[in-house]
Order: sequence, then C-alpha cells, then structure tokens
Amino acid sequence: MHSSLWLIAAIFTPIVVSLVSVAVPSLAPRMRTLGIVTAAVQLGFSLALWPLYGSHSGFDFVSRHSLARSWGLSFDVGVDGISLFLVILTALVTLLALLGANEEKNNAAFVRWVLLLSGATAGAFATRDLLVFFLFFELTLIPSYFLISQWGRAQARAAAMKFFVYTLFGSGFLLVGMIYLAVRHQHQVGGSLSFAYSALSHTVVSPAVATWVLVGFLIAFGVKSPLWPLHTWSPSAYSEAPTAGSMMLSALLAKLGTYGLLRFGVLILPAGVDRVRPYVMTLAVIGILYGSALAAVSKDLKKLVAYSSLAQVGFIILGLFSGSLTALNGAVLLMFNHGVITAAMFLLIGFVERRRGTSEIAALKGLQAPAPVLAGLFTLVMLGSIGLPGLNGFVSEFLILLGSFQSHPWWAAIATTGVIFAALYLLWAYQRVFHGEADEPNAAISDATRSERLVLVPLCVLIVVAGVLPSLFLKPIGASVHHVAPATSQEAGR
Amino acid sequence: MTTLAMPSVHYLAILPILVLLGGSLGLMLAAAMTHGRISARFTTTWTALSALASVIVAFFQWHDVAQHGSTTTMAHAIAFDGFSVLAGAVISVAVLLTSFVAHDWIARARVVGAEFHILLLAAAAGAVMMASANDLIVVFLGLETLSIGLYVMVAFDRHRASSAEAALKYLLLGGFASALFIYGAALLYGGTGSTTLTNIGYFLAHNYIAQPGVVIAGLALIIVGFGFKVAAVPFHNWSPDVYEGAPSPVTGFMAAVVKVGAFAGVLRIVLGALATQAQAWRPVIAVLIILSTFVGAILALVQSNVKRLLAYSSINHAGFMLLGLWSATPTGVAGTLYYVMTYAPVVVASFAVITLVGGVNEDHNSLENLRGLARRQPLLGGALAVLLLSQAGAPFTTGFFAKFAVVRAAIDNGGVWIGVLVMIAASIAGYFYVRTVLSLYDSSAEGTPVPLPRATALVITLGAASAVLFGVWPTPLESLAHHATLLLP
Repeated sequence: MHSSLWLIAAIFTPIVVSLVSVAVPSLAPRMRTLGIVTAAVQLGFSLALWPLYGSHSGFDFVSRHSLARSWGLSFDVGVDGISLFLVILTALVTLLALLGANEEKNNAAFVRWVLLLSGATAGAFATRDLLVFFLFFELTLIPSYFLISQWGRAQARAAAMKFFVYTLFGSGFLLVGMIYLAVRHQHQVGGSLSFAYSALSHTVVSPAVATWVLVGFLIAFGVKSPLWPLHTWSPSAYSEAPTAGSMMLSALLAKLGTYGLLRFGVLILPAGVDRVRPYVMTLAVIGILYGSALAAVSKDLKKLVAYSSLAQVGFIILGLFSGSLTALNGAVLLMFNHGVITAAMFLLIGFVERRRGTSEIAALKGLQAPAPVLAGLFTLVMLGSIGLPGLNGFVSEFLILLGSFQSHPWWAAIATTGVIFAALYLLWAYQRVFHGEADEPNAAISDATRSERLVLVPLCVLIVVAGVLPSLFLKPIGASVHHVAPATSQEAGR
Repeated sequence: MTTLAMPSVHYLAILPILVLLGGSLGLMLAAAMTHGRISARFTTTWTALSALASVIVAFFQWHDVAQHGSTTTMAHAIAFDGFSVLAGAVISVAVLLTSFVAHDWIARARVVGAEFHILLLAAAAGAVMMASANDLIVVFLGLETLSIGLYVMVAFDRHRASSAEAALKYLLLGGFASALFIYGAALLYGGTGSTTLTNIGYFLAHNYIAQPGVVIAGLALIIVGFGFKVAAVPFHNWSPDVYEGAPSPVTGFMAAVVKVGAFAGVLRIVLGALATQAQAWRPVIAVLIILSTFVGAILALVQSNVKRLLAYSSINHAGFMLLGLWSATPTGVAGTLYYVMTYAPVVVASFAVITLVGGVNEDHNSLENLRGLARRQPLLGGALAVLLLSQAGAPFTTGFFAKFAVVRAAIDNGGVWIGVLVMIAASIAGYFYVRTVLSLYDSSAEGTPVPLPRATALVITLGAASAVLFGVWPTPLESLAHHATLLLP
C-alpha cells in the first residue's frame, strides 16, 4: 500500500492549475507553456504509479474520507491494474494534445479547458466510488462541450450540443440506477449510504433487478463509449471537434464509458450480465460491422477514424461481455491500446489538416512523395490499428477474439470479419491519400517537422512496445482482472 | 367573567419573526418621522442589519433546539424545530441579498421612499411565519403577509405598465389560491376538530374515519392552493407573466422566498398533519412532479425572454422540490430543505445579473442581450454561467447535490420510476441552460458592457461562490439539512 498523494497529485494538478489560472489573468499569455508543464507534471505523477504499483492485484494508492454521510458522499481515490494505465493514458494524451495540436487561437481558455478535462477524466478513472466517478464523469461534459463548440469546425456547435444532450440523457439512468443500488445495500446491511465499489459489489439483487439496473448503466455508458445504436452523436462530435478535442474525446472520454461499464456494470452486476450477454454482444458485433462499413465509405479522414473507433469500441464491449477472462484482459488492454492509436491518428490527421486546411479524402492525394516521414508514421499507426502482429492492436484484439470464441463462437466469428474490414478501409484510405501522383496543393506540402515527429515518438514507441512486450501491461491488468472478476463470469464460458 | 388566559410564549422561537417585523415597523416609523426624506443608504443598511440579526438569532435557536429538542409554543400555534430555524435563516439570507440588489436598483429606477424595504422585511416575516407555523391559521397568516407584500412589490416599477399588470394578475390568482387554501383549512377543521397541525395528525392517526371525504377535500384544496403559490403545473400559468413583469430584484426574491416559505408550509401540513392520508396525496403529488418537471423544461426551450425562461426553470425546480414531499420521509424533508436553501441564493444572484443586464426600463431582457456577455464582462458573464450551471445540476455545484438529495429520497421510498422520469426532464432542462451558457461566450455578438454597481456585484459573487464552494464541499449544508428535523406528532 502506497500513499494516495501520488494519485491525488495526478488528478488535481491540472484542475488546480486550470482554476488558479482563471483567477490570475496575468498567466494568460504563458498559458500554453504552463499547460504543457502541468501536463508533464501530471504525467510524471501518473507514471510513478506504475513501478510503485508493481505486482499488486487489488487497489493501491487508496484513501477515503466521508464528506456527507446521509448522501454517502465520500472523497475516494485508488487505482488497480485496470485503471492504472488509463490514468497514465489520460496524462499522456493531454500532454501530446497540448504539444501537438497548437493551432487554437484563443490559447488561454483552450488550455484551461483541456487541463480541467484531463483532471476530471483522471479523477473518474482513479476512484473506487461510483458517486465520485459520476461527479467526474459528468464534469467532463462541460470542458469537452466548450472545447468542441468554441474551437471546432463549422458545424461544431450543433455537434457539441448533440454530444451534450445524449450524454446528459444517458447519465440520468446511471444516477437513478446507482442510487437504487446504494439504497438497496443500505437496506440490506444498515449503516450509512455508500457508493463504494466494495459495497455495491456486495449488494444482493435478483437477476431481474440486476438486469434493469445494468440496462440503465448500459444506456449511460453506451452513449459515452459509444455502443451501437447510441453512437449517433459521435461521428459528428469527433470530426467537428478541434484536433485536441477529438483526441481527448476518443482516446479518453470513450474509455470512461467502457471503463465504467466494466467497473460498475459488469463487475458488480454479474447476474444482470448473464441475462443481457447475448443482446449486448450482438450490439457490439453490429457496432463492429456498422463502424467498419461506414469507415469504408467515409469521405473525411476524421469521420473515418470516428467510425473505426466505433468498431474498436465494439471489440472492447464484446470482450467485456463475453464472460471469458481472456477476453476481459484483452478488452482492458484494448482500452489502452485504442487510446494510444486513436490519439496518434487524430494527431496525424491534425498535421495533414494544418498543411492542407482539410481532411477530406478527395482533396488529398499522393502525400507520400512530399511528406515521407508523415506517411511512415501514418503507416505505423495504421498497422497498429489494423492489428498487425507485433504491434499493439493485434494483442488485444487477438485476446478478445480468442476468449469470446471459446464462449460464443458465432459472435466471435462475425466479429473477426471486422479485423479484415479494418485492413480494408484503412489501407484503401491510405492508398487514396498517400499514394499516386500529388497534384498542385498536395505536392507543395512540407514533411513532418521535428517537433511533430517528437510528439508522435511516445505513441509510436507504445504501439511497438505493447505489441512486442504485452506482458508489461497484461501482468498488472491480468492480476487485477482475476482479483475482481466474479466467479460466475469465469465459468460462463464452459 | 372569564379572564383571557395568555398562552406561554417562548420568545426565542419567534424572535426571527419579531426581528424582521420589528425591522419593518421601525423603518416605517423612521420614514414617517422624517417625512419620507430618508436616505436609500439608511434603508438598505437597516434592512440588511435586520436580516443579519435574524440570521444571528437563528444560530442561537439552532443551539437551543439541539440542546432542548423540538417544541411548540403559543398554544401550539408555533413550532420550534430545526426545520423552522433553518428555513428562517435561509429566508433571512435571501432578504439580505435582495436588499443589496434592490439598493442599486432603487437608485437606478428612481424609486423614492423606504416602502420597498418595509415590504421586503414584512413579506419575509410572513415567510418565516409559514415555516414555523404549527396551525393552519398561522400558516394562512404567514401566507397572506408574504403574498400581500409581494403583490405591492411586483407593482413597484411605476415606469412600466407591465409591472402593474403583473401585480394585478398575481393579486387575482394569488387571492384565488389563498381562498382555496382557507377553504381547505376550514374543511380540515371540520373533519378533525382542530386547526393545530400536530393535533390533526394525532387525531387522524388514532381515529378511524369511515367517510374521509371532508378531510380529503380539505387536503385537495390545500394542495391546489400551494400548487398555485409554488407554481406547480397545472397551476403555473400566472408565473411566467408575473416573473416577466415584476422588477427583476423582486422576481429573484419571489422565486427564492416564496419557494422556501411555501415548501416549508406544505411539508408541515402534509407530512405533519396528513401523513396518514399518504395514499390519497402521494399520487396527486407525483402527477404534479411529473407535469412540473416536464412542462417547465419543455416550455423553457422556446422562450426568448430570459425572465420567462427562468420562470419556467423555476417551475421545473418546483417539481424537483416536490420530490422530497412525495417521498414522505425525513430524508425527503432534508432533501427538499437542502434544495430550497441552495436554490435561494443562486436564484437571487441570477436575477441580480438580469437586473443589471435588463437596464432601467427592463427592455434588455431578451436572451439576445445575454449573448456574448461573458466576452464583454468575463466576471459577470462567468458568474451567470456558474449560476445557470448550478441550476442545471452540473457536478460540483450545489444544484447537483440538490437534485441528488431529492432523487435519492424518492428512490429510498420506492420511486425508481419517478426518479427516471425527473432525470429525463432534467436532461431536457440541461439543454436550455447550457445553450444559454454557450450564448454567453459567443464572440460574434455585439453589445455594450453594463455598469456593475458594488452591492449587486457582491450579491452575484456570493451567489456564484456559494454554488461552487458548497458544491465541492457540501458537508456543512448537508449536515444542517440532515439535522433540521421536522416536528411530527
């Protein structure tokens, strides 16, 4: 057990800097530098958690203080192997978003929102209490709404509003469901109300009730993830947002949905999971196919990545609900891996957009000749996304398909076509954008600058390392998954 | 010859009422003796000090109740419990804040004399009376004191015809509501033989009533009367017009204090006296909740006037506040109390911003006039953004915990379905709040900065700060609301 201060520092450094900078207007001109330093500090604290966590399997860096007894409100932090990498990912993506996506004119406010969003996301990942999770989960809405609407493309306002309304609508179900569970627990064991993970996971509910609560959670988290058919906000929000916004939305906020679904849905309501399993797995598979199909016909690179994210999230949810521990490990790993890949994708598209002023596929052609390094980086990230063996995407998707094939061969078989589709639509897009003879505006573009290359280095390293040495990540993830996964889901596959 | 037996009076229990009413009378005397040549600075200071004194008294009262427990006084007409103390304190804080907003408004709107503040204090005394009443007659007395003061205050802007029109509308419908209430009280007296709430509760708990028609009719009329006062749908039609026509500081005061007073009164009557009839009134309240939350949220979407928007928003809030009543548990009472006590400063401060933006003749009350406010005046606009987000129930604001507290209470007593419904309404309401907040940050809008007088700025700061401070650290207010138990028979 280590001090919770590491974790608290990782969560609150960006929030405090963001709030203080509002009160100190003289910081505004240097806000970008300040933001980068803050994100770097946040990353430092988050990275320190990794070696410290070591070979634990339960929660570490924990602390819990009651704030309002009659509401069950407590200040609560703690991470385990499942959330550890998501906390690190949050800090990393924030830092790279600030470094790599710097075209925003109104810098100070932009950086403030990014930092607030980062702190809120980290806070949601790093808590063992559903009410605290909910507060941070909801808090992410405000900064992301402002980031999309104020700095996005032409249709950004409508997209931001759609995103906001969908998420808000979903979270009502989450609130009611979680209060119901906590009240049930209080009625069963007495004492004061508690939203702690340990309390909720010991609440005895009938399978029917568990199913209804889980359906409520599925609506909330399914909107955020997004799970087909609750995804309709996501293509427009991802593509209309500024680069940093798209990065954080798809790499981090989407993971809030899948992470919440795992931690507070799958793990605490196993009886409900058993009942909804075939339906949710079907939705996940539909999401994979639908996302792949629409990615293939997307006219815009950002839309393409948005739809491909829908397919990837389909894989994650397939793994979460398959009932196999192997697949569960793969799903947790894919949350991290997809975050890395999609952040890199949106960064690269941002670089293209910076040069050409558009990310429309039809307007781009033959970029490989004038920008070979950019093309090379794009190739690596793309191959990671396709799931080339030796890169990160392969490991996680393989585990998910392997695990779910054992329990649900048909679903796994159909989902596997999604991997083929991914190769298809990504390679086709690559071909259209980078191959061929560059025409006038495309031939004149410059290659990736030194700083742009440096920004992508950490992500590319992660893509390779997580592909070659997945055990680095799978060890803590596997230990924690074994620790928390209920016995029923371990047997469900047999 | 019989001598009139004087009931024993526990003066500490009624001290806030005495302070506020005494402040009002003292100011009236001072105005009369100086032939109305009394400075605005003096009247504001006097009002603020009276309100402050009432808040300080509440501290001693709280201590007393904590030590000696809840009690009744003046022949059981006045209840002295944590609930009345806290409600009184909240009302006094609202008076304090309103007196500052009104100070700047009076200077700007060229209102002469001390009458505004006299009425302000008197109306507040009525609201406190409602909150501490343990007798239907005293509830009525408080209700009328509050309402009559408000009728005049709504009409106070003599330069605008809409102000007088709003007052007339409010007077007619308010009078109608009062009549319904007093008729309901009479029927309850007829059915149970007492006007004392705890006695009614005791009677109903210990007697079998074969034909409860009179009691039920009385209950229904009282609920309708209160429905009018808190503007719950379908008794809400007056409120957008009155909110729009009344001078903005008065609207803020009305939104805050009527809510506190009326909800305190209705909780006392329905839970204190009629808890045994729960199967009769809970479905009715459920209908009011669902209609209020949805109608308030949906009609707010199409408003172009910010005061009408906030009127519909307050209808939506009334629905949420009723949730605590519906759940009919101490948790529910604490939830509603927390809701009104956090809503009051936020809504007074919101209308303080509207007062400034609206201009002298209130011809800048369109949502268009708010567009870009946070670009022109970052602090003023930012404060309004915080206040609106708090009303929307954004996390880490008091508004979130208010909704949380009442929804939690409802679910605790079998209200999962109603919780789902009100949260759907809340997400509709969230849409218009956030749309308004976003328009504050519109950089393309044109407009001139509005002057920011000191006293009003202080109120806005306090309102926004309370929303955030107690949103991050809700411990003290939660603990107060939780311990402010209602005296039950």
